[in-house]
Amino acid sequence: MLLRHTHPEIKPRSALTVNPAKTCQPIGAMYAALGIHGCLPHSHGSQGCYAYHRSALTRHYKEPVMAATSAFTEGASVFGGQANLLQAIDNIFTVYEPEVIAVHTTCLSETIGDDIPQIVSKARADGRIPEGKYVFHANTPSYVGSHVTGFANMTKAMVDYFAESNGRKNTTINVIPGYVEPADMTEVRRLASEMGIATIVFPDTANVLNSAMTGKYKMFPEGGVTIAQLKQSGSSRGTIALGTLASGSAGLAMDAKCKVPCQTLNLPIGLHDTDLFVDALHHMAGVNVPESIDLERGQLIDAITDWHQYLYGKRVGLVGDPDQLLSLSRFLTALDMRPVYIATGTPAGKKYEQSLRDTLAGIPDDVQVKVPGDMFLFHQWIKNEPVDLLIGNTYVKYIARDEDIPYVRFGFPILDRMGHSYFPSVGYRGALRLLEKILDALLDRKERDCSDIAFELVL
Amino acid sequence: MRKVAIYGKGGIGKSTTTQNTVAGLAEMGKKVMVVGCDPKADSTRLLLGGLAQRTVLDTLREEGEDVELDDVRKLGYAGVMCTESGGPEPGVGCAGRGIITSINLLEQLGAYAESQALDYVFYDVLGDVVCGGFAMPIREGKAKEIYIVVSGEMMAMYAANNICKGIVKFAEAGGVRLGGLICNSRNVDNEEEMIGAFAAKLGTHMIHFVPRDNVVQRAEINRKTVIDYEPRHGQADQYRQLAGKIDINENMVIPTPLEIEELEKLLIDYGMVA
Repeated sequence: MLLRHTHPEIKPRSALTVNPAKTCQPIGAMYAALGIHGCLPHSHGSQGCYAYHRSALTRHYKEPVMAATSAFTEGASVFGGQANLLQAIDNIFTVYEPEVIAVHTTCLSETIGDDIPQIVSKARADGRIPEGKYVFHANTPSYVGSHVTGFANMTKAMVDYFAESNGRKNTTINVIPGYVEPADMTEVRRLASEMGIATIVFPDTANVLNSAMTGKYKMFPEGGVTIAQLKQSGSSRGTIALGTLASGSAGLAMDAKCKVPCQTLNLPIGLHDTDLFVDALHHMAGVNVPESIDLERGQLIDAITDWHQYLYGKRVGLVGDPDQLLSLSRFLTALDMRPVYIATGTPAGKKYEQSLRDTLAGIPDDVQVKVPGDMFLFHQWIKNEPVDLLIGNTYVKYIARDEDIPYVRFGFPILDRMGHSYFPSVGYRGALRLLEKILDALLDRKERDCSDIAFELVL
Repeated sequence: MRKVAIYGKGGIGKSTTTQNTVAGLAEMGKKVMVVGCDPKADSTRLLLGGLAQRTVLDTLREEGEDVELDDVRKLGYAGVMCTESGGPEPGVGCAGRGIITSINLLEQLGAYAESQALDYVFYDVLGDVVCGGFAMPIREGKAKEIYIVVSGEMMAMYAANNICKGIVKFAEAGGVRLGGLICNSRNVDNEEEMIGAFAAKLGTHMIHFVPRDNVVQRAEINRKTVIDYEPRHGQADQYRQLAGKIDINENMVIPTPLEIEELEKLLIDYGMVA
């Protein structure tokens, strides 16, 4: 009973967050930057920041995460970090030879107001950036937003710095996959290529944070969108931005800068949002949906029908990031489940909260939504009226254990199980996998608790 | 050792008044250290005869952590010890953090230790207390008494009133007190009476009225305090009087800042009536 002190009486809280259901901006920025081929993320701040951000990503992906730091000292925080960043750019291009350095700021460098574009242009003027190499940046103060904001800022920076229009539109479609797993990025690309569509997916961490053990260490793995592709993205026919919070701003920036029309959709998690994604691809590229995708969709519908009786009416509590929560709620309601408690730590805005509430409008139970909220409040809701299933990141496991509730790990971070970086949760196949996990959790519990008479061989 | 901080609106003459007063105290045989808390590092120019000094932060940047007290402290007029915090060039970095760093460093180096046998430490702080760093001299019981340099101009009084609000906050926690207002005259009508009344409303007193005299400017051009430049001039006696009054001052209060309407009324009553 590690959370035994959580009291069921809910009192108004304004100045205190307990178990925050979010982490800080640079983690998202670092993750996005790793989705560029040959990119070394650089943390412009003190060493502690970068050490924590690297380890947070490593704990989730079980892969080495390379990054550099400006290693601020007291002097740097007084005089500004220019000297440190210039020296870092020198060292990085000399020692590690990346194609590009993605600089993100930290609370400290934001507060003292370091002007990164000015420092980068000085580095270029001084000849510190070799020909054909790049340094770009995103502002990521952690006291604003969350890791999702940082991811969105870095993704938008890719557009701001690199996308360029050559005046003609080709048939390529840009897909901004959102703050999802490497396997999910592979899956959105696969769905498009099944339809015969050429895509530029950015950022793309596939084969970067789920790469193969070859016996030989590579500092910059094979995967990631290339700078050449990022430049070409400004001449694509259209952009599909998946997830308003994580990808929306980059999609809008692409439209504004290069006149590439952008359609922002929910993350393609579950049946309906995958349908919308496939439909958008179909309209934007002007191609037919092949039978292979119809088959995947049909299998999902078949499985939902076969197992619906075990899902119907089940109350679910969700903790996670806003884009995921929205699509997942929609999927669960499509399964006739009842997502009754939803909390995210990310301040996602009123409009977001409204679309989440709209999604949950048909649920007969008393629905609780908190944006931004924390896991303490989420736990209090459960103490007041329990749920049948919990879905969330690893931090939810304490609640699952204390309250003895079936639990599916989903979201960021997952620190104690494998699979998330190898098996997608987006697309029809991803929905099948989610369905499998949900049913496993529910049915394992049913069989643990049922009487000998109700214990059936065949369900 | 008495620890004194001088605050006031930018350009009001804090540095000039501080150095001239310190010269007066030094003449009385007091052992004084002046800590300049302004990134421009011009708080000890008149005592040192020029901006010759390397600042604490410059030294820290160039020498690293391995700094000696003598690297950052210079002897000036009549044995006054002078240090300058320094700070970043305008527009970069964080000057407030610079003050925190340098005061901490001076403490570590033992600049305030018993062995230094100081009678006074004066902190001369940048006019606009824009962030926590510039409040460092009055935090954690560093400076115990504050004098605010003010004139009869509205913005100077407005700034002084704001500084009092800051003092109230730190007074409750750290024991800092307001020692009085120093009126550095701008030849405003009814100035002495108005500042006297203003001081009374703040719950303190006008410790001295420093008349305006061009000898101060002439001494400044020659990089000297008036006491040093023209010791027999009447203005030098004014600073000696101020030094003497500070030396015997026991009027230490937590100020009672005015509401803005009250402050404006004061200006109208004294300014317009004249």
